Amino acid sequence: MCSDNNFDDPGAMLLNGPRTRAFITGSEAVCEAVKRACVDMAIAYPITPQSESMHLIGDLYAKGYIKDYYRAENEFAVMAAVHGAALGGGRVFTATSGPGTLRAMEMFPVWAGARQPIVCAFMCRGVSLPPSIQPENIEMGMLLDTGMLMFHAENGQDFHDMILQAYLIAEQTDVHLPAGVFADGFFVTHTREEMMLPPEDFRLLPYDSNLAPVPTFDMETPPMRITRDPLLNKSNFISSSANASWHQEILAAAERARKHIRRFMGGLIEVENPGSKVFIAASGTAVSQSREAIRILQGEGIDAGLIKIKSIRPFPEQELKDAVEGADHIIVPEFNAGGWLAREIRASLDRNTRVTAGPRVFGGMTMPPWLIADEVKSAIQAAKVNGGN
Amino acid sequence: MKSIEKNFIRMSGLGGQGAVTAAHILGSAANKDGLESTVNPFFGAEKRLAPAESYVRISSQKVYEKGEVLYPNTIMIFHPHVITMGKCYTMPFFDGLQEGGVLLINSDEPLSLRDEDLRLLADLKAKIYYVPATKIATEVAGSELSTNIAMLGGLYGIKKLTSIKSLKESMMERFGGGKFVASGSTAALDDAVKGKFAKVSQMIEKNMELIEAAGAALTEFCPAEEKED
Repeated sequence: MCSDNNFDDPGAMLLNGPRTRAFITGSEAVCEAVKRACVDMAIAYPITPQSESMHLIGDLYAKGYIKDYYRAENEFAVMAAVHGAALGGGRVFTATSGPGTLRAMEMFPVWAGARQPIVCAFMCRGVSLPPSIQPENIEMGMLLDTGMLMFHAENGQDFHDMILQAYLIAEQTDVHLPAGVFADGFFVTHTREEMMLPPEDFRLLPYDSNLAPVPTFDMETPPMRITRDPLLNKSNFISSSANASWHQEILAAAERARKHIRRFMGGLIEVENPGSKVFIAASGTAVSQSREAIRILQGEGIDAGLIKIKSIRPFPEQELKDAVEGADHIIVPEFNAGGWLAREIRASLDRNTRVTAGPRVFGGMTMPPWLIADEVKSAIQAAKVNGGN
Repeated sequence: MKSIEKNFIRMSGLGGQGAVTAAHILGSAANKDGLESTVNPFFGAEKRLAPAESYVRISSQKVYEKGEVLYPNTIMIFHPHVITMGKCYTMPFFDGLQEGGVLLINSDEPLSLRDEDLRLLADLKAKIYYVPATKIATEVAGSELSTNIAMLGGLYGIKKLTSIKSLKESMMERFGGGKFVASGSTAALDDAVKGKFAKVSQMIEKNMELIEAAGAALTEFCPAEEKED
């Protein structure tokens, strides 16, 4: 199936190539992406709202699109097994949600440390307690420093495109890091809407493990020689600096990913109405809700700009600084209780009292667009009142 | 492409009644008609008779917003228990209904709604329609599992949001092909309803009959008149 590939430059094809319409769900969009990704192995463990995607990928395996697929014992086992498959030089895919992400947590820094371009989709949902299967993206805040690249999809279209783009970015020799592609569960996975798909015979080129900066493990290169001896932090003085420099190299690799994100994803952020005095900065489904809020505001004669943050790791500090240079207010709506995106934005900007960390919705409900519009209006109002003093 | 005002629909039902499938069929039909539409469900643990909602947004303009429809123009109630036993995610059941909005309720006879609710509905200038969807589904299609199609028929009788041709094509796609992937319980219900017909095309013909019959069986109920009694 992978040999069907007729496209030399998949990256350009994804950005500018022909597409056909489909009225599908986000889960179906994930399947359409994986179908075109030349994946060697996918390993699944069910959890709502991720289950449909990995079920559909099981169907892809049955049709011969994937070389191997199975259901593991739990999420930790899944993430450990894809680690093994990637060590062996395969292109792998898996997905999970909320509590599954937390259960598998130990493996994410392991992927980054082993410099594996694993692509994992996260269909974000609430984490207990109180229990919720509904959309919420607090798990992203918990993954910010695992070393993986993190991309946040606004809708099913993004989810599809970003999975394919994630492979292109993650597998660059100077990057070679895992990439998490995140979408807000249900809002994206279970929403059926019109999307544009690349041709049926479009494929990524097969993964070439010879381009990896670390050797693939096989009988010639046994795992123990590489992973244990130099890096395990023992009393041996050299291992501490080896461990530290290896860490630094992971961070440097994420920095080097920026240029590839610009090339394959068209940038780390997207800006609408540049030069606005008020911006809404958001990622994921909060971007869609913000688009509706901007319509409401326009109806009331208020101009607001929109910053869609696509890459969370690496974080677009410079792009944000430039985009809001002349702005007075930056409103950050989020689907989580912690407000991790607002923290990231505040840490990136000077004059960061311009940032309003909210509104935030969590517990599973959608974010009414007027809630965002009201926040914009109160920020403007507060500035007027303060300015008058 | 025909032009249409923003039309947001909330379908409140019980698990197994096909509210999610009805939304899929309606949204897909709107898409075929060249309109913008999005469809999504809301449910907890997937089990029969638990509250299940689905939402359809139809408009000539691009629809961005996601999640549950908070301010519907139309609310379709698939089972009286949604109202009488509070089996829905909003209280009261018509919470958020827009002025001049439509309520379509599956019930053989008008329900005795609370005076307070009737007053609020009258203030909203809401229109209430009843359709005995489960009864007609059983009579025409031979299965209560076709209640959702009868509800779509009731809606079509009130507002022609999509063409009948697209509704039919959308049903063909949903029930006919091998492409649709459902959860285990939805797949089992699909099999149960399809098992009643030798061919999917027969089922679709019956469904078209059902849509017409449900449209003809609508009764309008005026909350304002009731309030004065």
